[in-house]
Amino acid sequence: MMMEISATRRFVNGFMLTLSGLCTVLVVSVLFFILGYLLIHGAASLNWDFFTKLPKPSGETGGGMANAIVGSGKVLFLASLIGVPIGFLTGVFLAEYSGKTFAFLIRYVVDLLNGVPSIVIGIVAYALVVKPMRHYSALAGGVALGIMMIPIAVRTTEEFLRAVPNSLREGAMALGATKATTIFTVVIPAAISGLASGMMLNLARVAGETAPLIFTALGNQFWSAGWMAPIATLPVMIYNYAISPEEDLHQQAWAAGFVLLSLVLIINVTARLIISRGPAAQRR
Amino acid sequence: MATTTPSYIAETLKRRTSRGFLARLRGGDEISYLITLICTVSILLIVGLIVFELWSNSHQTFKTFGFSFLKSSAWDPNADKYGALPFIYGTCVTAFLGMIIAVPLGVAAAIFLAEMAPPKLSNFLTFLIELLAAVPSVIYGLIGIFILVPFLKTYVVPPLQHAFGFLPIFAGSFYGLSLFSAGIVLSVMVAPFIISVSREVLMAVPVEQREAALALGATKWETTWDIVLPNASTGIFGSIFLALARALGETMAVTMVVGNAPKISASLLSPGYSIAAVIANEFAEASGDLYISSLIFMALVLFGLTIVINAVARIFIMTTQQRGA
Repeated sequence: MMMEISATRRFVNGFMLTLSGLCTVLVVSVLFFILGYLLIHGAASLNWDFFTKLPKPSGETGGGMANAIVGSGKVLFLASLIGVPIGFLTGVFLAEYSGKTFAFLIRYVVDLLNGVPSIVIGIVAYALVVKPMRHYSALAGGVALGIMMIPIAVRTTEEFLRAVPNSLREGAMALGATKATTIFTVVIPAAISGLASGMMLNLARVAGETAPLIFTALGNQFWSAGWMAPIATLPVMIYNYAISPEEDLHQQAWAAGFVLLSLVLIINVTARLIISRGPAAQRR
Repeated sequence: MATTTPSYIAETLKRRTSRGFLARLRGGDEISYLITLICTVSILLIVGLIVFELWSNSHQTFKTFGFSFLKSSAWDPNADKYGALPFIYGTCVTAFLGMIIAVPLGVAAAIFLAEMAPPKLSNFLTFLIELLAAVPSVIYGLIGIFILVPFLKTYVVPPLQHAFGFLPIFAGSFYGLSLFSAGIVLSVMVAPFIISVSREVLMAVPVEQREAALALGATKWETTWDIVLPNASTGIFGSIFLALARALGETMAVTMVVGNAPKISASLLSPGYSIAAVIANEFAEASGDLYISSLIFMALVLFGLTIVINAVARIFIMTTQQRGA
């Protein structure tokens, strides 16, 4: 026997369920709006010059962002040199060596560090590198982004190492391997695809960071004169061009935005697919 | 202990422990322990360094103005007078405006993804929402400046002013770059964070609770609203706080659409300024120790604010997830 559900209750049920579905559609559609607009405006103003030429002086049209593309690469390389080893080894410590309470404390601090606004990290990098050296540099930008990479590097490393089954560790130890040998030749290789994807996601996240670079890497109209000199980066270029009054620069900003977003999204999709097909996800 | 240990084991142990420190390090075990420990401790040092650098570079402002710095709205680098109130005001207004829109939207979407949608659809939509969270903030700013602001100017604000123009928050003329525009951009930026954390928290609520409610004749919505949501509320508040901290610290998108005018006005349609935006805009050109120190002091305020909010949010989220597990 079915119990009758009053019309009002049925209406409220249907109405609220539809409403929540509509909210989801609304949020997801924003992604397609962003992609669509960047495709329309960005791809249209993208050409070969963009990748090969330097920016033109103010007033002239044309030119490209070759220096900013290379610059972003250099700053991200420096950031990885700082952020990945510290984050990775801390993750190893938390997953393999640490006691429960200490691991909890570190995890909490790392989460808080993750929540620090990027502009604040920029100020710290300024105080640590730019101020003593008395000039802006690629190094300062790398330090800022490197600090920002640490939290995610720690959390992904710990998560993927914990997903490696204990039987692997026990097997290695039973064969007489030391703990270090077990970790570095058995556990980490078992988790390597997840770890690599996690680090790629991490890199993609900081690749779009602008705020901490404005007053550390600063920017440069020309090729950068080395690691200790100011350097152009793609996100800062987008920002500077977008707020400038020149229409031609707006087109370049769209093109750069398109390149940046494509890069970030391609890395995201690839890495997430690798992670979701990996052994860690299947055990979950 | 010693009496029950067979002699050959005691012998081995003695030999083990009598090895020199360097000999033990050469074994690889201790050295890898030591290296990973050093990295772990270095993170604590980095956090300490952040606090120290922010404080040591900004205490000049604190010495000069004291707490009145936070209450003063004078911002005149030429006269070397600084007050943080317009920026604190702008930061709070834009963040709260963003939250007012993002919270209902985000929680509703999380409910849909966790309770309603079939698992495959839910996973796919969550994937798209995570991509949305990965979009760099400068891209949001780009869209904000060239697409959203003209759109608001033509289609949203005129009818809004027509209907609610008598309210002080919608008074005055609208030129596009404003607290209102910044709030809208922020709402879109933080919604993905609310959705993905809330969804996880909702999914941690035991399925038996839903089955019991449904068995008693509750509709799907009643089950969600009366049973699942109260169970997950702490975690959802956690996700909201997490998003609030993001909104307060968001820099680029706000800088590009907020208008960058250091004044306090009741109208959301007038341009404003935020802490993060003023730092992004003026720090590289700031000259004079007090000027720089004032900007860094505001960064310290922002840092403290976001740390406290994050700390609370994390605890909220952890308690719910532990209860669910």
